[in-house]
Amino acid sequence: MTAPVIESKGLIKTYRMGKILVEALRGISLEIQRGEVIAIMGPSGSGKSTLMNLLGCLDRPTSGEYILDGENVSRLSDNKLAVIRNRKVGFIFQSFNLLPRASATENVELPLRYSGVNHHRQRARQALEAVGLSDRMKHRPSELSGGEQQRVAIARALVNNPAIVMADEPTGNLDSKSGREIMELLLSLNRERAMTVIIVTHDPAIASQTQRIVRLRDGLLEEAS
Amino acid sequence: MNILHQFLEALRGLASNKLRSALTVLGIVIGVAAVIAMLAIGRGAQNSISSSIESIGTNLLYITSGNRNVRDLRNPKPLTISDALALADPTNAPFILRVAPVIQGRGDVSYSGESTNTGIYGVTAVYALVSNLKVSEGELISDNHLTSRAPVAVIGVDVANALFGRSANLVGETIRVMGQPFRVIGVLESKGGGGFGSQDNQILVPLTTAQSRLLRRVNRDQVDSISVQAVDANSVSKAVEEVTQILATRHRTQVGKEDFSILNQQDILSTAQSITGVLTIFLGGIAAISLLVGGIGIMNIMFVSVTERTREIGLRKAVGARKLDIMIQFLVEASVLSLIGGMIGILLAWGIATVVGQIASASNVNIRPAIQLDMVLLATLFSAGVGMFFGFYPSLRAANLQPVEALRSE
Repeated sequence: MTAPVIESKGLIKTYRMGKILVEALRGISLEIQRGEVIAIMGPSGSGKSTLMNLLGCLDRPTSGEYILDGENVSRLSDNKLAVIRNRKVGFIFQSFNLLPRASATENVELPLRYSGVNHHRQRARQALEAVGLSDRMKHRPSELSGGEQQRVAIARALVNNPAIVMADEPTGNLDSKSGREIMELLLSLNRERAMTVIIVTHDPAIASQTQRIVRLRDGLLEEAS
Repeated sequence: MNILHQFLEALRGLASNKLRSALTVLGIVIGVAAVIAMLAIGRGAQNSISSSIESIGTNLLYITSGNRNVRDLRNPKPLTISDALALADPTNAPFILRVAPVIQGRGDVSYSGESTNTGIYGVTAVYALVSNLKVSEGELISDNHLTSRAPVAVIGVDVANALFGRSANLVGETIRVMGQPFRVIGVLESKGGGGFGSQDNQILVPLTTAQSRLLRRVNRDQVDSISVQAVDANSVSKAVEEVTQILATRHRTQVGKEDFSILNQQDILSTAQSITGVLTIFLGGIAAISLLVGGIGIMNIMFVSVTERTREIGLRKAVGARKLDIMIQFLVEASVLSLIGGMIGILLAWGIATVVGQIASASNVNIRPAIQLDMVLLATLFSAGVGMFFGFYPSLRAANLQPVEALRSE
């Protein structure tokens, strides 16, 4: 058994909202193995967005350790975190978050432009082919359906061969058919590329397709299945 | 991320909001155009004044009584004809070529109901040579006129036009100078140059005639100024020394306490240039304020742009953009705005300068606005600088956005 891709020990995150100190996470210890598909569930306010932000290196824990892909990232500077996100994390958002004025290819290229690697175009094309959009490369987001836009976002997430893909309600803005297709795509990418996928969701139907469900309540884990 | 890509992306961002970008650019356009046009017009005025001073004559010294640089100067002796004769002596003053004593004043000149106020110069025959004056018809003041105290006048083009409505076929006409009849013997060639000290608005009469009839002075011998022409441009300073020495001896003044002033062409030129230089800077400074306002416009719009694109910034950060990447993105955008503005501004300034030149020449003022490379470079760099400066703070704000909050914004 290789080392887990994600290893967190006692992650705590507190926010100051005005004068009140809010404890969003109160000690999360979690291991995720390479190639796993895992769902993070929980009611709103349970801290799942905060956990996702920490696991995706968008934010730092107040205390606790977080080791991503063998590297302790809990105390890195903003710029170093940006580099980690660029290399090791792919993001998929509920609202796609594509650049409206850029073509599908350019959107997919975006992470590559910040990583200073060559052959952008070629790698972006390959990623778009992998999500089944080889005939939509020049299209802008407004010329694509919701499902297609989310595919572009998935291509963008995997173009840098990240260690983990974080998907925040990936089917939340899609009709049920496109939602199913997106889930199938994520699962097949997981099978074919052994990609680690973390899905944050409300939807039990989505969660049930994953290998493991992590439930959060009041900033604590409620481990199940 | 290479700079060309940044540039194209900035253009695309600006193109997505054409009206807003255009209005922002307009502020810079007006600012840059105003700065360059003002500098160009100032430079044109400077050139015009310099050339009209140069046209008075080269190697020229201009001596007047009194000296502003000496304090408590009492009863300065007036300059006299004898002073002029002493200066004209080639054995005493080998570097002095010609000496022209002058009596000058202003007075009304009239012809059958038409009247004009003009400069009246009582001169000797050499004055025309010293001052580089020529006639377009007739003749100049001669030694004969001087000895006979003839009531004759050579008139400038402006005077001719004011009195006769024409500047040709005037020889033989009789005009009244300060009420006394004078016969016109010649018309001076136009020197142009307008504005300050126009040489077209003057009349020349024999020095002796002026002394006895028009511009009486306390002493019969007294003159108002003496124009001295040095042998050549290189001997101007030697000529100054000679004049100083001769006049100091004749007026019995001590070194450093001379009761006369010597102004040379270079002094007049540099004085005039420093005045117009100050004027140019002043005009340019006022114009620069509009550039500043344009810059604030850029800052304003960049803030709007940053706020509007918070989510985009969040996304870029999520996929790996560092602070500097975001910063550069917005700085490039601000600079592109101001550079486009700068370029259009230069064109506009060129248009303004041309129109001003046309208007000036149509109204007989000899100002040719001169747009020069240094102004264009200055304005371009300045406008890019304005973009950078006013884009800096919004860009910094964008760069320091936290990805989590930026992604959460609507």
